[in-house]
Amino acid sequence: MADYLFYIFSFITVLTVLLMIFQKNPLASALLLILGFFSLAALYILLHAPFIAALQILVYAGAIMVLFVFVIMLLNLKKTVSPPDTGWIKKTLIFLVGSVLFLFFVFAFFCIPETLFPAVSEGFGSPEKIGELLFSKYIIAFELIDILLLAGIVGAVLLGKKET
Amino acid sequence: MSYWVTLILKISIPFVLIFSLVPFLVWLERKGSAYIQDRPGPNRAAILGLRLGGLLHPLADVIKLIFKENIMPARAHRFFYILAPGLALFVASITYLVIPFAEPTLINNELFYFQGAHLNIGILYILALSSLGVYALLLAGWSSNNKFALLGGLRSASQMISYELSLGLALISLIMWTGSLAINDIIVSQTHLPWHWNFIFDPIAFLVFFIAVFAETNRTPFDLPEGESELVAGYHVEYSSLKFAMFFMAEYVHIIIASALMAALFFGGWQIPFVSSSFLREHCSSFVFFGLIFTACFLLLLGIILITNNKKIHYKDLRDFESVIMGVFLLLLGLSCLVYVLLFGKAPLSDNAVIWITAFLQGCVFLFKILVFCWIFIWVRWTLPRMRYDQLMKLGWKILLPLSMANIIVTAIRMIITNG
Repeated sequence: MADYLFYIFSFITVLTVLLMIFQKNPLASALLLILGFFSLAALYILLHAPFIAALQILVYAGAIMVLFVFVIMLLNLKKTVSPPDTGWIKKTLIFLVGSVLFLFFVFAFFCIPETLFPAVSEGFGSPEKIGELLFSKYIIAFELIDILLLAGIVGAVLLGKKET
Repeated sequence: MSYWVTLILKISIPFVLIFSLVPFLVWLERKGSAYIQDRPGPNRAAILGLRLGGLLHPLADVIKLIFKENIMPARAHRFFYILAPGLALFVASITYLVIPFAEPTLINNELFYFQGAHLNIGILYILALSSLGVYALLLAGWSSNNKFALLGGLRSASQMISYELSLGLALISLIMWTGSLAINDIIVSQTHLPWHWNFIFDPIAFLVFFIAVFAETNRTPFDLPEGESELVAGYHVEYSSLKFAMFFMAEYVHIIIASALMAALFFGGWQIPFVSSSFLREHCSSFVFFGLIFTACFLLLLGIILITNNKKIHYKDLRDFESVIMGVFLLLLGLSCLVYVLLFGKAPLSDNAVIWITAFLQGCVFLFKILVFCWIFIWVRWTLPRMRYDQLMKLGWKILLPLSMANIIVTAIRMIITNG
């Protein structure tokens, strides 16, 4: 059952993200991205991490994308005009480089040993476990991210101040 | 097999309950606002002469909304225009699943939870869904191809995301103290004694949550986005007929969910004050006995008052006999309660019956608390004037946010001093 759900949700994720790239309307791209985040959250739940799934929807799809959508709505972009056609040389080069990258990815995928992923412990993914880890093993990364956020907030306040 | 049956029942019964509370809330709002403004309110809609004090008016509203013309504005973006009310109603319809209606009990040696989905991230689920509700407003405002709607939608969205922060931070101190995100654990940790409930324990969190939840549901004094005098009903100005009904319903369901959250997190949820669950289970038969006698007396009294309420006969159809009909109905109900009491008395009930009666009583108490908070929502709406947009933003960012953050620090210090 979990297998079928995995296939369904990963299919939805890839489909929505692919559709997002080819949209003419920027708001439709934003909404497709939100749908992609939803299916990503479902994949997190399948990986026994409901806390991260909820945070994904709360923070990413619920706050960050709202700001994206705000900007798109306020800028009132018209439908994009497609650029003039690229020549066949550029197109073959793009195809070659893209396929090389794709082959790298496939090769790397088949090189992962099975023993790298042990079975999860009992309280894996629960808020208590995540809290413990954040404040013991990953405390330095946590504090550094805090300082990054603080820099962002200070920058935003500075940019938004009126010139007196 | 019975797993699926119980699951479907657990999902559908609160759903039906909440969605049938919406017309009741519409009636309560119209009658309540009327009595606050010293007028009688809607009392004309009737079926076969029974007016029921205006309870049929929401039905009349729904019928009117269904038969209105379904407008699609000329240059509106069709897909988003149709998606927005659906999204609003979708988000409103699935939030109730993590709210417990009674204490989890052992049935057949298995813990049975009285909520649709037993997640260990309870509150986070509700917060995530309320941040999705912002999209419905944004899309509605933008896709209507109307400047007022766009302004209303943007204002509403910025208001909602500002107050979401204070909402979440106010809840964090509560979660820190209880040690769990599941709403059931928070209700259990507030014992049945009213002075242990969280509104006394953490009054600042209660205050911040109370104010922030008004802004989340776009309710006065924060209803500038749908301000009828400034923005011509804001983001849903271009909606008519059933799509407007969906927005309308979604707003009332959000009010019910917000009241349920307040009752659950700060006022003990399904805990009956001064009566713990074990006490209730031991003395269940006497509770049923005295409860039925009380309801029987109440119903009989009401029935007799209604029957002897002599009105002059000036309608000359069924409306004259309305009070008599209702009085007879209540009298019969009271008599049936009395008959049960006389037949069975204080007979001991079976274990199964005890469990379900306890759950039923706790659910009733929870419903009562929800209704009290819904009334408070309505009361505040028709008492306070609307806040201006910049005052609203100032309140959200400069006052509530620092207050809730300071509350977290204070709660942490309290926890350290009292050792958890």
